[in-house]
This record gives sequence, structure tokens and C-alpha cells, in this order.
Amino acid sequence: MERMIEVENLNVRFGGFQAVKRVSFSVEKGEAFGLVGESGSGKSTVLRALAGLNGAWDGLVRINGRAEGVKRSKAFYRDVQMVFQDPYGSLHPRQTVDRALSEPLAIHGIKDADSRIARAMSEVALPMSVRYRYPHQLSGGQRQRVAIARALIAGPKILLLDEPTSALDVSIQAEVLNLLGDLRASLGLTYIMVGHNLAAVSHLCEQITVMQSGEIVESLSAADLRERRIETSYTRHLRNLSDDIEDPFANSAHFN
Amino acid sequence: METETLSGNRTMSNWRNWVLTDTPQSRRQATIGMIYRGWLQFSRNGLAMTGLIVLLALFGLAIFAPSLATHDPNAQDLAQRLAPPSAAHWFGTDQLGRDLYSRLLFGARITLGMAALIVAIVAPVGLLVGSVAGYAGGWTDRILMRITDVFLAFPKLVLALAFVAALKPGLTSVVLAIALTAWPPYARLARAETLVIREADFVSAIRLTGASATRIVLRHIMPLCISSVIVRVALDVSGIVLTAAGLGFLGMGAQAPSPEWGAMIASTRGFILQQWWVPAIPGIAIFVASFAFNLLGDGLRDVFDPKSE
Amino acid sequence: MEINVSNLKVRFASPAGEVEVVKGVSFRLGEEKLGIVGESGSGKSLTARSILKLLPIQARVSADTLTFDGIDIQRADEAQMRQIRGKRAGLIMQDPKYSLNPVMSVGAQIAETWRAHRGGGRKESLEATLNLLDQVKIRDPRRVAAAYPTELSGGMGQRVMIAMMLAPDPEMLIADEPTSALDVSVQADILRLLEGLVAERGMALLLISHDLPLVSRFCDRVLVMYGGRVVEELKASELTQARHPYTRGLLECMPSLARPQARLKTLERSVAWSE
Repeated sequence: MERMIEVENLNVRFGGFQAVKRVSFSVEKGEAFGLVGESGSGKSTVLRALAGLNGAWDGLVRINGRAEGVKRSKAFYRDVQMVFQDPYGSLHPRQTVDRALSEPLAIHGIKDADSRIARAMSEVALPMSVRYRYPHQLSGGQRQRVAIARALIAGPKILLLDEPTSALDVSIQAEVLNLLGDLRASLGLTYIMVGHNLAAVSHLCEQITVMQSGEIVESLSAADLRERRIETSYTRHLRNLSDDIEDPFANSAHFN
Repeated sequence: METETLSGNRTMSNWRNWVLTDTPQSRRQATIGMIYRGWLQFSRNGLAMTGLIVLLALFGLAIFAPSLATHDPNAQDLAQRLAPPSAAHWFGTDQLGRDLYSRLLFGARITLGMAALIVAIVAPVGLLVGSVAGYAGGWTDRILMRITDVFLAFPKLVLALAFVAALKPGLTSVVLAIALTAWPPYARLARAETLVIREADFVSAIRLTGASATRIVLRHIMPLCISSVIVRVALDVSGIVLTAAGLGFLGMGAQAPSPEWGAMIASTRGFILQQWWVPAIPGIAIFVASFAFNLLGDGLRDVFDPKSE
Repeated sequence: MEINVSNLKVRFASPAGEVEVVKGVSFRLGEEKLGIVGESGSGKSLTARSILKLLPIQARVSADTLTFDGIDIQRADEAQMRQIRGKRAGLIMQDPKYSLNPVMSVGAQIAETWRAHRGGGRKESLEATLNLLDQVKIRDPRRVAAAYPTELSGGMGQRVMIAMMLAPDPEMLIADEPTSALDVSVQADILRLLEGLVAERGMALLLISHDLPLVSRFCDRVLVMYGGRVVEELKASELTQARHPYTRGLLECMPSLARPQARLKTLERSVAWSE
């Protein structure tokens, strides 16, 4: 199994502050890797540094076998894409869906834009009728689908997901999580998903890594997390919280 | 006859449906729809529409001045000097018997032409400097902003005097003086907007496609700054009109016998007590132009205000 | 103290005619914790705010009954409402940074609220302020009292809001999405705090949220709203036995560590629910 993503001793600075300290992990091809923690844990910072959006990092980052420096290679931008948390901020307010999807194609020099856009829209179950709408004419769930379509349109191998469903209504979250699961299977993608909702991240990811104050606390499989085969007290604390206030089915035990 | 009107109405409502549809079939249709919706919102504002209509009328008068003027603006008729408004001279005549109405029309060309030229220089330059400074950050930002500060520090009048001394009095001096001092606020505005836009996720998304900084600034960031710049321009132009007239009044702009509005007031201000219309009419024209731009600017700001989207 | 709402309707004028956003909601609230759950646009916030007459000017309210401890809210004038708002019923909203005055220290604001409703001098109100900050489990009341709202974290800000709302010793608290912007563990802390305070003081709590599990954990009863109507009312302990398809749909579409599913069930909406 090739290692799709390798991170060794990653340190990231945010201004003068050390936001991420000596983080190491690896992700196999086709795997979905979850990064959970509360705000300030550094999970989003790790993702953004991996995406090349934050240049103040050091350590080793290898993507698809290639070591990447602060300035990313051209191949990097083809292989790696990201989906952001806020559906209201991730689309350019004055660009139609069509324009948003054609821009990456233009930049990468990919032809037959028309058919690719149509295919990308159907992959994320967006009706063609919204192709020329502006973001403010779309619902939150539709915007997130556009963001996913945009990420997929140039055929990446890796998708970085930064809390992709946290800002969505619970019913829309289910649709988007299902979509992400389907796409991973059909396109053979590798995921790194960041989130604070343990259940949502565990639904999609096989391997969960817990972060606190910029460091990795524990790394365990989703199955272990579910069965409570947990080693650290912090992770246990998060698991209990999840049961307590995020999971209606765990609650039924609370009242019995 | 009736069928004609009926089908005419149906075509109108078809067109409206096409433009306002929520499922546009092409980019052009979507863009036209967006512009039309903006127009609908703008047209609901009575004062803004008033401003727009007045400005369109002024521009129309300026463009068609040769056909609309009743006399040659420079033709003197000393027998008819300082005549009150009449059928022959709609706004009366000045101290050299020149028809005020015709002079006003040709003066509109000068004033509005100057304003248009200044804006055409100032807005794009300010927008470019500001967006580049805001996006690049670091030394580029610092240097560009210091340059901006230097130009911001110059008072328009003093600069105009300097140009007049260096070159000769005339429209070039006025345009240069105003343009050089009017662009810094646009740079600041564009930079402030860019600093906010730069942090948005959609900019991160486009950076992740490996787009060059040039492409990002030109095609993604600047288009978002344009609305504020347009609003600022409309509000600023009223001030530019006043400044240009003021410089003309001080004798630094167009020279006699040019019918520039400010100069007209300057050369006739002694007559304010008896033949009040002679200096007052160009004054009213300046006021009307300035106020109309103000109303237009307010209306545009209401349309472009992101809260209303 | 009981709140009695019967057939509450809230309407807004719109270019397309009048739109009914709350379509006949009824419930009672005594000395208990009631949660109202719904998505955005369900009308839950408007319902709660109708009780305190805090709706936007364009809203038109009508109800068969709308009473606060016997006082007819529909007929009450502003002076009477001022006696109720703040004094007898407090309101906590989502972002304390918007509800607190940014240029006054936190302690000064709480003291001012205390004096406005209870009278008394500066010294008394300052002592009361420190006491209140202590009650909301703030470890260093003096330091926080001297701080400004922008210097506080989200959780701290909400504690300050709660302290301020409790100053007049009200009988009831309305909390409108009080923890949506907060971290999960801070959410739990704040809600546990509210739970404790409400029990201690014998108050009623009306908790508005989009988060069904959260509301059912901290309330005695839950009203589920959809499209302006209450589609289900149940005891929090019986949540997993909900019967209405919307509530069941919401429950089943949530990912769960206790009940993992390969594919999450999605919610099939029906227009019939909001008719």
C-alpha cells in the first residue's frame, strides 16, 4: 500500500505562536483520515499548512511520494484539493456556479470544460438548472455541493475536508456525508477530514487522530473509538461529551 | 391595433420573465439578470433616480451643446450686455453681451469632461495600487502605501498653483492637480477591501488551484472592490466638480473667454447685486451637477450594499 | 408563574402578500425546562420572542391566549412590558459580543442592570455583581468584572450574560441558541450551569435551539417545530420513541457512535407537515 500522505514533525506558527507542535501521521491511498479536537487544538491549522495556505511551517510533508516545500509543485495543485467549512464564504459572490467550476479548468489548461462541468455537477447531484445561478441564489447544502464539485473537477487524488458539514443543518449534513462517502468509493479518493463532531468524523473516517493544544493526543481506529477502547483520558472525555450532548441514541441510556 | 398592443405586452413580460428567471441558461443571461435586478432596486429609490435623470440630462446637454445652443458662446453683443432672461436670451447675457444659456451648455462640456477624465484616471489607478498592496502585503504594501501617503498629503489648491506656475494656467493644470491628489483615497479603499477579501475561503480555494497572484488580484479580487469604488466615485465627483470650479474661479483653470462655470462666476461676481443672474446661474449649474452626483452615489451605495443581497 | 400560549400566529407583509411564519402554536410553560427545536425558518425564535413582545415592527402577532402569569401580553402596553422584560423574564442570545456594550466594562454593565431593577447604591451593586459572577462559576470575579466584553472568550461572555440576566432575579429565562457558537465542552459547561441555576432559583427555562440531542439532554419537555407549526411535543426522556416522521427523520439522519450506519438515512420532507 503506497503512502499517499506522509507528515513528519510538522510545526506550524501562527504569528508568534506555535499552533502545531511536532505532528506526525501518514495516510494510505484510499483511506479516510479524521482529525478531531476542540477549537484551538490546531487541527485546522494542520490542514491549511498541508494545503499550502500557511507558509510558516517546517517539517517533512510528502504527497504522493513527492516531498513538498513551502512553494508547492504544479503537480501538487492537481493532486490536492480542499473543501471549506463555511458554505457562505467558499464561493466567490459574483461568480456563477458555471464560472466557479470553469476557473480551475482554465488554470490547469484542461479543455472540454462544458462536458466536465456537466459531469461534475451530476457527480454531486446538482441539477443543471442551477448552473448559472449566483451563490446567494443557492441554499447552504447546494453551495457545499458546488464547493465539492469545484474541488473534484480537475481530478484530484486527495481531498482535504475542513469541517465540511459543521455549518449545515443536520438533515443536509447527512446528505453531504453520504455524498462524500460515495465519491470516495467511486473515485478512489484519499481524505483527511477535520471536525469537532466525533460521530460525523467517525462515520466517514476509519482512522481518528485526536489533537489538543497543537499536539497529537491519541490515534485510534473509528471502531476502537466506538467500542471505547480508548487510552487517554482526554479522548475519553471527548467521547463522553459526544454521548452526552451530540448523540440522541447514547442518551437513552442516560435516562433509563 | 389591440392585438398589436397585446402581443407587445406579452413580449415585454416574456422578456421580463427571461431576465428574472431563477434558472438562467447561460452566463450572459445570468449577468443580465443580476444587472436588471440591481436596476430594479436602484429605480425604487426616488432621489437616486432624480439624480440619474438630472445627470443624464446634463450629459445630454453637454454632448449636444452645438445643436442645442442658441448663440455662439463667444459672440459678443455689447448693446445687449447684462440683459435679463428673455425670449431671445433664455438665461440673459453677461457683461460682454454673450448668451448665458449657450455659455452654460459649452461650459457643461468643460466641467463634465474634466470630471470624467479625472475619474477615468483616478479610479483605475487607485484600484490597482490598492488591490496589489493589499494582496501582496509585506514590502510591496509598505512602499505603495507610503507613496499613497505622500500624494494624500498634497493640498489640491497648492498643487494646482504649483502646476500653473510650472506649466501655464489651463485645464491641463487643473486635471493634473486634481487627479494627482484624488487617487489616494481609492487606493486606501481598495486596499482595505482587499485585506478582508484576501482572508475569504474562496480566495484560498483559488490559490489552491495554483493560480498566479496576478490572476487572483485581477480576476477575483478587483471585481469585488469595484462596487465600493463606483460608489465612492459617484460621491467624490460632486467634490471634484466643486474643486474644478473653485480652481477655475481662482483663475487657474480654463482661461477667458472659455465658458468654464467657475471662471464665469469669477469674472462676473461684481454683478451679483444688480444683475444677480449673471454669476448665479453658473453657480446653480455647479450646485445641480454636484448634488445630482451625490444622489446618484447614495442610490448606488444602497444597491451595492452587501446587506441587501 | 405560568406562560400560556394558545394558537399563536405571526405574520409578515411581503411583496407577495402576507406570509404566515408561525402558524398556530400552543404550549404552556410552568416551573420547568422546555426546549423548542427546529431548523432555521421553523419559527422557533419568533415564537419565543412573542412572549416578550420583542418581534420586529413589521411582524403582526395574534393569539387566542398569550399570557405571562395571567398578564395578557397582547393587550399590555410598553410600560407593562418593561415590567416584565428583564425584571421577570430574561433573554440570552447567541453571541454575547453583540448583546454587551463594548465600551463599558463587564462589571459596570452588570452593576447598572442590578441598580436599574433593584435600586441601591454603587457599593451594593458592585458587591452584588461579584456575587453574581461567582454564581456563574467564574473563578476570578474581580478580574472579569474589570474586563471589557471583547477581552472575554465565548464561554466567559455567555456566563457574563447569564449573570446580567439573573441580576433582577427573574422568574423565567429564554435562551435563544445560547451555545451554538461555542465549543462542545464549553456548551456542556454553560448548559449545566443554566440547569443548576434554574433549579436552584425555581425558574422556568425556555431553550431554543436547532440541536435536538442538546435540547433533549437539558430540558424536561421538547417541542419540535417545522414550517411554523409544532409537529411533536414529547418528554425529553422519550425522545428516541418520537412518532412524527420529521422528528424520526431528524433522529435517524444523525451520525451516531452508539448506532453506526453504513449510509445515513436522509430526511424526506413533506409539505403536509407545515399545513
